[in-house]
Amino acid sequence: MQMDLRTVTIKPQRQTFDHIARRIGADKAATRYQEGTLEVQATHNFHYRPTWDPDHEIFDASRSAIKMADWYAFKDPRQFYYGAYTLARAKQQETAESNFDFVEGRGLADTLPAELTDTVLKLLLPLRHAAWGGNMNAAFITAYGYGTALTQPCIFHSMDMLGIAQYITRVGLLLGDDVEVLDTAKQSWMEDSAWQGLRRYVEDCFVLKDPLEVFVAQMVALDGLLYPLVYETIIDNVLSSKGGTPIAMLTQFMTDWFAETRKWVDATVKTAAAESAENKTQMETWITHWRDRAAAALMPIAQIALGAEADAITSEVVDQFNARMAKAGVSL
Amino acid sequence: MSKVFIALQTNDDTRQIIQAILADNPHAICNEQPAMVKIDAEGSLVVRRSTIEELIGRDFDLQELHINLISLTGNVDETDDELTLSWNA
Amino acid sequence: MDMKVGKKKLGLKEKYQHMTRGLGWETTYQSMDDVFPFVKYEGIKIHDWDKWEDPFRLTMDAYWKYQAEKERKLYAIIDAYAQNNGHLNVTDARYLNAIKLFLNGISPLEYMAHRGFAMTGRQFPGVGARVACLMQSLDEIRHAQTQIHSLSNYNKYYNGFHDYRHMLERVWYLSVPRSFFDDAVTAGPFEFMVAIGFSFEYVLTNLLFVPFVSGAAYNGDMGTMTFGFSAQSDEARHMTLGLEVIKFVLEQDPDNLPIVQQWIDKWTWRGYRVLTLVGMMMDYMLPKRIMSWKEAWEVYFEENGGALFKDLARYGIRPPKWLDQIEQDKDHISHQAWATFYNYAAACNFHTWIPTDDELDWLSQKYPNSFDKYYRPRLEHWREEAKKGNRFYNKTLPMLCQTCQIPMIFTEPGDPTQICYREVDYKDNKYHFCSDGCKEIFEHEPEKYIQAWLPVHQIYQGNCFEEGVDPTAEGFDPLSAVLDYYHLAQGRDNLDFEGSEDQKNFEAWRGMATKNAA
Ligand SMILES: [Fe+2]
Ligand SMILES: [Fe+2]
Repeated sequence: MQMDLRTVTIKPQRQTFDHIARRIGADKAATRYQEGTLEVQATHNFHYRPTWDPDHEIFDASRSAIKMADWYAFKDPRQFYYGAYTLARAKQQETAESNFDFVEGRGLADTLPAELTDTVLKLLLPLRHAAWGGNMNAAFITAYGYGTALTQPCIFHSMDMLGIAQYITRVGLLLGDDVEVLDTAKQSWMEDSAWQGLRRYVEDCFVLKDPLEVFVAQMVALDGLLYPLVYETIIDNVLSSKGGTPIAMLTQFMTDWFAETRKWVDATVKTAAAESAENKTQMETWITHWRDRAAAALMPIAQIALGAEADAITSEVVDQFNARMAKAGVSL
Repeated sequence: MSKVFIALQTNDDTRQIIQAILADNPHAICNEQPAMVKIDAEGSLVVRRSTIEELIGRDFDLQELHINLISLTGNVDETDDELTLSWNA
Repeated sequence: MDMKVGKKKLGLKEKYQHMTRGLGWETTYQSMDDVFPFVKYEGIKIHDWDKWEDPFRLTMDAYWKYQAEKERKLYAIIDAYAQNNGHLNVTDARYLNAIKLFLNGISPLEYMAHRGFAMTGRQFPGVGARVACLMQSLDEIRHAQTQIHSLSNYNKYYNGFHDYRHMLERVWYLSVPRSFFDDAVTAGPFEFMVAIGFSFEYVLTNLLFVPFVSGAAYNGDMGTMTFGFSAQSDEARHMTLGLEVIKFVLEQDPDNLPIVQQWIDKWTWRGYRVLTLVGMMMDYMLPKRIMSWKEAWEVYFEENGGALFKDLARYGIRPPKWLDQIEQDKDHISHQAWATFYNYAAACNFHTWIPTDDELDWLSQKYPNSFDKYYRPRLEHWREEAKKGNRFYNKTLPMLCQTCQIPMIFTEPGDPTQICYREVDYKDNKYHFCSDGCKEIFEHEPEKYIQAWLPVHQIYQGNCFEEGVDPTAEGFDPLSAVLDYYHLAQGRDNLDFEGSEDQKNFEAWRGMATKNAA
């Protein structure tokens, strides 16, 4: 039997699943982001309470002080579901790969002024531990947050942080000639006074219990100050002007990643704060608290590259951060 | 000896990979099923990069296997050059 | 992705080792016990997380690269399949019911696996273990979404898919797979790993994804074949993670052995019970069959599982408990399950039917010890009754097993004519079980299993009616009211395949295709 199925025009019985149609209307086809995100997480009739947290359901909105009438009010402006996310990152890793090839192939690492190489190793390498902490904090929200709209970007974020830790490792191994640079950096992370503020900050995040507070501490405050300060300002501007352009090439992934990810972070802050006066107050309290701590923790690190200028440049970054938050509806 | 196996999708990319695996493992038995092939072998089975590269005429990263891999059993040992599956008993 | 240290090119193992080298640290500003609060309460003792061996060493850049390639291929096929009305290529419309079961019963588990591995990844202090768990968490959201996206096209044309998220939390039979995963994620991180990473992934998922998905291909369903095998391509990593966890935990401390053994016993049994649904899909719901459930069981459980447990014997692990019963059951459970769903076809969101004569003969041949003797006559009797206009629909609610939540349909080991019942008195209540396995699992953790949201109990307690429904009103039809609560479109989603809207539509649409080609 010959069949030409392409020529058959059949009227669909329905455009999408009912739980999506109840939100967007039954007459519209849904996007892959919508079908892969909306209400995917279970909400009702759980069978057992967690043995590790009997006071809550498996997924439980009351783990957070932030209250939402609808947890799917959160939206990722990038519309990342797994496929879209992976394709975006695959493209970025291709760029990163050719950047590494370029720098390695031309021996550009050897052409860097020794002083600059030293600064980069001191500044950048301990940050692999901070990224590892970010991986853990994002995993926490993925695990215990409420609603796929919020938790899904967090698993992406978590793995991005691991990717960043690995890119930093590669930079270190490329510049440092020996794997011992990793051990040295870890020692700084554990013991050098310049790093203790940041390490304490990260460890304090590890024991937070509210997924939205972790979001504020990690994605909003820490990422929101660290990436503009270290990657956009110190590496892309200050060090590049001193002959460090190859370094900026090797960390392009981080710069691009932050420019993209902050859109999701801003949207999330905005949605949470716009929900109610209580949420807004809570967000403001958290953001103020963690911003101040993050800025203080980053200052001695900025000094590694900026010396006396660290103060002024950090406060500029904080000003930009405040402006960014104001746009998201949070006045600090 | 227990058997290990590796199962791959059958498509254009895997034809030569399957050929390479069978060439490197004369004791293996190839089991064709709809859309897939399951290669069983007593004791252990090795997938060798060099054999695949010879057949496909380009560089091959063994991690590319994952794209068309369906399943496997046994303890896995993966290096740049070989992927070995084996049971200890 | 070549990588060098200074001038030296690194090998895969070395490279990966550096990539994770020393990333984690002993916290000092907060105690390790506060940072990893769940890692001790199950009694598992870990002395050195650095002894963890990574079986696959995938850095994130390689992960993104290869996974993107898989995704590109997969979505190209999904798109082509939708544009070309690929669904009309399936052998016959009865087949669609197997994938209804898939979307309703299995895809939501993929999502739970995603969250469960995120929890576990967050809780493990070891770097290697955490990376492997989180990578699996990321893969599992992939599986959930690629399945939803693939099956979305079927939902546009066929019934029974339309409200799977709502139904998952309510419909009686869906509490079986759901409670299985709820059980796993409410356990501690190590038990979760043994439950899902090892028992489910390593020992059981091959049965679901390999022969069934190959069967989908055989039945012309390239969509399901593609997402099925594409998901399975991540599975090699997951399975080796499951095996690595077991080896690692057992090597860390001899005290871990009895705990792990008890988990292996429990979770093999739990998983095995859930797979009853897959057995039925393979034996009854694929119009063209490649392999019976029993054959698949022999290859993927007895042969592979046998090899695995022989390998693990060096750690003192013995094969899971109740294997003697499982061994006998392979001749029976798919038939017992199909009979149940045939009975309860009014309360299901997929259709059932009596197999054709050819299919009955196939079953007779594949199950020489059981089918003709116990199951064929019953099916033929129901067929006769249906011909006379008495299609049998059971309207009495079944008693459910407190542990696996399957109705009491399984038979006594050694006597396929006797339904197996077990019971336990606990705190002034009587609890019922389908088997010694389920009973023992309950007795080990009664406080957990008494919480179960048993669909039949919930109906009797009046918790399964839509808001505003008055059960005391005259002419109140409880079954119909429950189906409303399920959001089940009565007369469309449920009842026999014969005469269903799906059957008629499929025939009409296929007719259009053949006419156009003439
Ligand atoms: Fe999966
Ligand atoms: Fe049971």
